[in-house]
Amino acid sequence: MQTFFQTLTTGLADGSIYGSLALALVLIYKATEVINFAQGEMAMFTTYIAWALMGHGSSFEWWAFFATLGIAFVGGAALQQTVIRPLERASVLTAVMATIALLVILNGLAAWIWSPQLQFFPSPFPTSSWVIGGVHISKQDVGTFGVVMACVLVLWLFFRFTKLGLAMRAGALNPSAARLMGVRASWLLALGWGFAAALGAVSGMMVAPTVFLTPNMMQAVLIYAFAAAILGGLESPVGAIAGGLSLGVLLNMLGQYVHPVTSELQLPVALAILLVVLLIKPAGLFGRVVVKRV
Amino acid sequence: MKRLGNPVALGVLVVAVIAAPFLFSNYRTYQLAFVGLYLVALLGLDILTGFTGQISLGHGAFMGIGAYTTTILVVDHGVRDLWTIPLGGLIAGVIGLAFGIPATRFAGPYLALATFAIPLAFIGLLKRFPHFTGGNVGKNLPQLKAEFGWHTSPSIWFYVVCWTVALVMLPLAFFIVRGRFGRAMRSVRDSEIAATANGISTAGVKTLAFGISAFYCGVAGSLYGIGITYVNPDTFPIDLSILLLVGIVLGGAGSLYGMLFGALFVEFIRISWGPALLNLFSKVHHIDTHAPGSGLVVYGVVLLLVLYAAPSGAAGLARFSFGSKTRIIRPRHPPGPPAKGENA
Repeated sequence: MQTFFQTLTTGLADGSIYGSLALALVLIYKATEVINFAQGEMAMFTTYIAWALMGHGSSFEWWAFFATLGIAFVGGAALQQTVIRPLERASVLTAVMATIALLVILNGLAAWIWSPQLQFFPSPFPTSSWVIGGVHISKQDVGTFGVVMACVLVLWLFFRFTKLGLAMRAGALNPSAARLMGVRASWLLALGWGFAAALGAVSGMMVAPTVFLTPNMMQAVLIYAFAAAILGGLESPVGAIAGGLSLGVLLNMLGQYVHPVTSELQLPVALAILLVVLLIKPAGLFGRVVVKRV
Repeated sequence: MKRLGNPVALGVLVVAVIAAPFLFSNYRTYQLAFVGLYLVALLGLDILTGFTGQISLGHGAFMGIGAYTTTILVVDHGVRDLWTIPLGGLIAGVIGLAFGIPATRFAGPYLALATFAIPLAFIGLLKRFPHFTGGNVGKNLPQLKAEFGWHTSPSIWFYVVCWTVALVMLPLAFFIVRGRFGRAMRSVRDSEIAATANGISTAGVKTLAFGISAFYCGVAGSLYGIGITYVNPDTFPIDLSILLLVGIVLGGAGSLYGMLFGALFVEFIRISWGPALLNLFSKVHHIDTHAPGSGLVVYGVVLLLVLYAAPSGAAGLARFSFGSKTRIIRPRHPPGPPAKGENA
């Protein structure tokens, strides 16, 4: 029973990281119908910025954490305005390729500026753990989960209760109608990219202490985030978080209790889960089947 | 015969292929052999992306499946390497079909997302079953050697093998995209709703196109294994899959001859074009041309510039410069990937 709860908390912590990156993907997808393949590399790049701000990772500083969120927000919005906006009317393939070009550029830039070597990234939480009824609950897991969920909550409050949030939801739901009502849709898309980049930065800074900082550190995380987003149905923010959490728990449970599933098999298993879900529910667990009118 | 492609263009290509080893050095010939095998891979991916409109970011792994098939058959079972080439293609094709059945059921971006996981999952599987695949170390193939009693350098032998395969696969690709199935693929690309309304099983067409593209990549992968004489999990990284898709876009999705340019790009961007561009920059603005990652940055920027300047790739540029100036007027906002490069 103790192992079960320990696996559960680790799974929830991992899952919250996948979920936050998945939510970032969903934010952009809902607004523009573009999958941002550079989401992981944007998160990686901003994590490097945080690492540089923290004196090359000597100790974790909360001011650097928040400064990084700000930088990520501005950077994400700037990328949308400079790189993505000119391709607004282009085909899906072109838009996808532009985000892939961003992925390649950011990956190369990080290696260029900070060298491709493994770097240590400090954690804001102590490595010790609480013992509750014989169950060791790592403070790092609880902290990671708490930080990610707090960010998601702030984002939800923004979308639900502010006028700007309402305008952004309107722009995502029906861009042309929103434009007619005086919503500046293009700037709102930039805002959306900003929020997604900041959310990605959170996931990057939370995952870096465990996987170490390298230019490729987000590759696997991004794939889990994709899987989480598909599980949740790509259109649903709640689904993205729920998909991330369930994927995190499921993978940790499989690793713990099913012997042949070693760490190498985690990704293939995630892919298999994804395919099974697509077979049974092609629109994801939380997605609606879209009926198109011709 | 017309279905196999324009005989004049094919003839010109055949002459160029035969002439190249006489014109270039041994090492260049070896590189050009890789252009031939990348051409095979790109033709396959173009059938999926350019003609059926489905984006895949995982086809490097199907090359990996082909290469591993060849290696395991040659090293562990003593099969002659040439016979493993079609087998590598078939096994990759069957796995591609099996993957495509669930993955292609839904329209939109799901396929691209799911395929992105294939290269990393493939690497994980390779490491998990080391008895079969050689694990992290991989396996070594025997050195390249000319066969059939022919005395020539290994590079030229490999060149001949690769381009013989490529020159069979090219007309085959024309045959596929020009027939009834080809029309079905294009209709799925241009409008899934219209395709369904005309009695086409969109999921079936997409799945079959996925299988065909995996077959092509498997064949290319077999050749790749034979050419580099070793395989390990690092041979087929996710970057290769991305590079293949970039090759499609730069060559011009939906054009088969455009893939020639795509294949040249895939082979040379990392080893000579990228560094040359970087050198050019370093003359203007002092930068370290050997810095890690600098090559990636150049290649990403080139890709972005091409997307802005020539979204239909090299084939689109060629058509714009040399082709007929009359155009069919199409709807401004076509659903799905490019509608321009149809007349391959």
